[in-house]
Amino acid sequence: MIFTADAPVTEFLQQLINGLSLGAIYALLALGYTMVYGVLRFINFAHADVFMIGSFAGYYLGQHVPAGTLWGGMSVLLAAMLICAVLGVAIERFAYRPLRGGPTLNVLITAIGVSLLLENGGQLVFGATPRTFPQIFPFTRFQFGHLIVSSNQLVVIAVAAFLIAALQLIIYRTRMGMAMRAVSLNPKAAQLVGVNINTVIAFTFALGSALAGAGGILYSMNYPSIDPLMGVMPGLKAFTAAILGGIGNIPGAALGGLILGGAETFIGGSQFSTYKDAIAFGILIVILLFRPSGLLGRRTIEKV
Amino acid sequence: MRLPRQHLALAAGILGAVIVSLFSNSLDAYLLDVALGIGINIILAVSLNLVNGHTGQFSLGHAGFMSIGAYLSAACTVFIGPQLFGSAAPGALAQNLLFLGALLVGGLCAAFAGLLVGIPSLRLKGDYLALVTLGFGEIIRVIFQNIDKLGGALGFNGVPAYTTFGWTYTWVALTIFTVTCLVNSTYGRGFLATHDDEIASESIGLNTTRYKITAFTIGAFFAGVAGGLFAHLKLSIDPRGFDFMRSIEIVVMVILGGMGNTLGVILAAVLLTLLPEVLRPIAEYRMVLYSFLLIVLMIARPQGLLNFRLGKNRL
Amino acid sequence: MHFPLRTLAPFTLLALAAVMLPGCKPKVADDSVIRVGEFASLTGKEAAFGQSSHKGTVLAIEELNAAGGVLGKKIDLISEDNQSKPGESSTIVKKLITRDQVVALLGEVASSRSLEAAPIAQAAKIPMISPSSTNPAVTATGDCIFRVCFIDPFQGTALAKFALSHLKAKRVAVLTSVSSAYSVGLSKYFHEEFLKDGGDIVADLKYSEGDKDFNAQLTTIRAAKPDAIFVPGYYTEVALIAKQARELGITVPLFGGDGWEAPELLTIGGKAVEGCFYSTHYSPDIPTEAVQTFVKKFRARYNGETPDAMAALGYDSAMVLADAVKRAGTTDSAKLRDAIAATKDFEGVTGKTSIDADRNASKAAVILEVKDGKFTFVESVAP
Repeated sequence: MIFTADAPVTEFLQQLINGLSLGAIYALLALGYTMVYGVLRFINFAHADVFMIGSFAGYYLGQHVPAGTLWGGMSVLLAAMLICAVLGVAIERFAYRPLRGGPTLNVLITAIGVSLLLENGGQLVFGATPRTFPQIFPFTRFQFGHLIVSSNQLVVIAVAAFLIAALQLIIYRTRMGMAMRAVSLNPKAAQLVGVNINTVIAFTFALGSALAGAGGILYSMNYPSIDPLMGVMPGLKAFTAAILGGIGNIPGAALGGLILGGAETFIGGSQFSTYKDAIAFGILIVILLFRPSGLLGRRTIEKV
Repeated sequence: MRLPRQHLALAAGILGAVIVSLFSNSLDAYLLDVALGIGINIILAVSLNLVNGHTGQFSLGHAGFMSIGAYLSAACTVFIGPQLFGSAAPGALAQNLLFLGALLVGGLCAAFAGLLVGIPSLRLKGDYLALVTLGFGEIIRVIFQNIDKLGGALGFNGVPAYTTFGWTYTWVALTIFTVTCLVNSTYGRGFLATHDDEIASESIGLNTTRYKITAFTIGAFFAGVAGGLFAHLKLSIDPRGFDFMRSIEIVVMVILGGMGNTLGVILAAVLLTLLPEVLRPIAEYRMVLYSFLLIVLMIARPQGLLNFRLGKNRL
Repeated sequence: MHFPLRTLAPFTLLALAAVMLPGCKPKVADDSVIRVGEFASLTGKEAAFGQSSHKGTVLAIEELNAAGGVLGKKIDLISEDNQSKPGESSTIVKKLITRDQVVALLGEVASSRSLEAAPIAQAAKIPMISPSSTNPAVTATGDCIFRVCFIDPFQGTALAKFALSHLKAKRVAVLTSVSSAYSVGLSKYFHEEFLKDGGDIVADLKYSEGDKDFNAQLTTIRAAKPDAIFVPGYYTEVALIAKQARELGITVPLFGGDGWEAPELLTIGGKAVEGCFYSTHYSPDIPTEAVQTFVKKFRARYNGETPDAMAALGYDSAMVLADAVKRAGTTDSAKLRDAIAATKDFEGVTGKTSIDADRNASKAAVILEVKDGKFTFVESVAP
């Protein structure tokens, strides 16, 4: 029987499922980073905290919805995505737009400021102690011998896959998507052909933040302890994933997320488990040193 | 022989520090603690200013260099000290020499780390560099958390209380002196050129690589010394005290003071060390105020609040 | 780029002098009250523990003052918050000692923060009583540092023996938090005793505080087929670990130390923590009069809230201090220190407290089990 508890195959497959589930969440977050970078050429440090707000939105909304129902879960998910989209647009409008055109360093610092504001404001408003995320989707467990897959993990993988596919559709099959691609290639030229850059940027933020919100809900479904600082680590890791896959490249972000989730899971199950956080940073540094354009990214040459 | 005025100022600074130090025993221990904290933050802010402000390299890992200096200098005084002096408490001269040695060891190791971080910075710009330095800072923290000889998660305790007013402010004077003289010299114009336009500097034959690495190394050295002073003040260091948040606090000082503006950065360091003490009753709101301040500052006055001279566009 | 170095040096020194001069004047001590300093994590990540112990301490002080105070003087409790951050405790303790001129210090709950403050209290010869720091290094700092709880070597030993005798677990997997000094220490002592008594540690894995995903470690643990899993960490992660363990099909019980104690363990862990055990300092269910009276008083003062171990220890630390002041007859530091060291068989809420030669309290540990969504008393392990 290959699915016995001590068979190495079972353990490997179990870790694989765990890694896939974790990687799907990193992929969702990474997409937000990569999209904003593609369009605005800067790293939105506050993205991880929008993820956290998504979780808390789900926490509060989940109290008003019957636990464990499909429609309840879906409505909480969609509502949280909407709230995060609005938040993302607001952040862009009030904190980043005034600095457009200036040195990128300024925007970077502002992004750090927004991130800190959300984190510390969250600690003030929600309190620093962790809360339990309600079980919003119906929960069952599937068992193949000793290989156990929880329905939450499957929901995460399914929703993430769906959202990534939807994103690809939007980017490559709609006018807005075309406008986004145009702006990411050359903002000035895009404006010359009549693309409204403000609308495109706002839309990009809305989309990326909605994905972050979804990521927050999915993450909290699997790990139901939420606190205002929960976004810091996943954010950094998702960001590493985006760079790993090639920043600005959407399939790359998904790929990077999966690879990072897998690596972290396998390291976490080995005797080096204490270093699993350092792995993400290690990968980040190695990639930036040797192949900054990432696995699927294009090498850009800086023209003088 | 006429000494240049910077050298006179340095001598005056060191003399002043030593004189005040002689009276420090009659001072309130808490106020002394705050004053020494101010001194340490000045060293951190001015050294980071060399990297961020003058050379334009955005480093978010300064706390990592500080932690290297803190741990290694504490290791010197706690492990090597007794080997040199036996179990008896060392006399005043021996103690001061040991402390100086420990600080230098901490600073040099941190400088070496700065070298290691500076080298990859060759190819990275702006955000990417910020992330590598951030990652480096976090990796250092994880490493120290896992070294049991240095206390691991419990932190390194039992560090002797060698930090005095004299020591701290001597190093403050040295840091300010070094950074100022460096940047104002002919050689030092290279730092500012690298900051202003790297490509143009390269094209006129300036070795921007060398300047960036030098900035990182020197900045890291002083951060390491500050870390050593910090360790011998708090007597107990915890790896979590040198995390990303600590780096951000130093970055805020540099930004508030105006990147590249030494006087402004010093004033910002003083202000941002006193503020938490004054705001202790509303400590919870402090970080929210900080972050809000950061955002507003960047939008309204990016050259820094305490920058009185330069125009809006000169960062 | 010129700037006025000439004006800088004197300016900075002047500013510093302005800050320092007020400190030169000697402070006049107000002798009509007894000032006691408390430093705790009232906000931040470990606010739950700090707030609990603070409530217990405040209740004790209010009770003492209502009865006329100690030595005819009221007690003035000055509390400072270290926001659960490293580096803050040393500053606030310095402030309490020099500015507020306290005669004794109460704090801290977490061993790492107690260790930060202890050298300062020791240097100033101000007695410090920690309510619940269990790492042995705390009292080893000096002869002015005390604690009213048991220490981790005892707790680790008690848990090892409990595992072998009550849980009949000869094969145990251990999951330690490397970012917590408490967890690392407790794990080490458990290891030593368990192996000495013939047990077998089949898996030894680590995690960090703040981690949410333990599937990787638990999968490896599952493959090792232990009889029980030892998790000497804090409740936030333990609850998640229990949930994920159950989801992976691990049915053996989990057990741990006093870091488990918080109502959140039940709300986050839910059914997953049923049948799990942990050791702590006291239980509100112990039927002695001391405990029940305390529980009643606490509920009356704090809106029906049931006191946990931190609250009980906070209460006891204040009471032990007051008792020592009474016995010493004065608040002079040296005499007070001696009086605290001489505490024998003090009837506290957390049991009979005697301060031993190492300035620790040798107390019994209480093992609780999670049954039907509640903490229930299982047994008491005497030192």
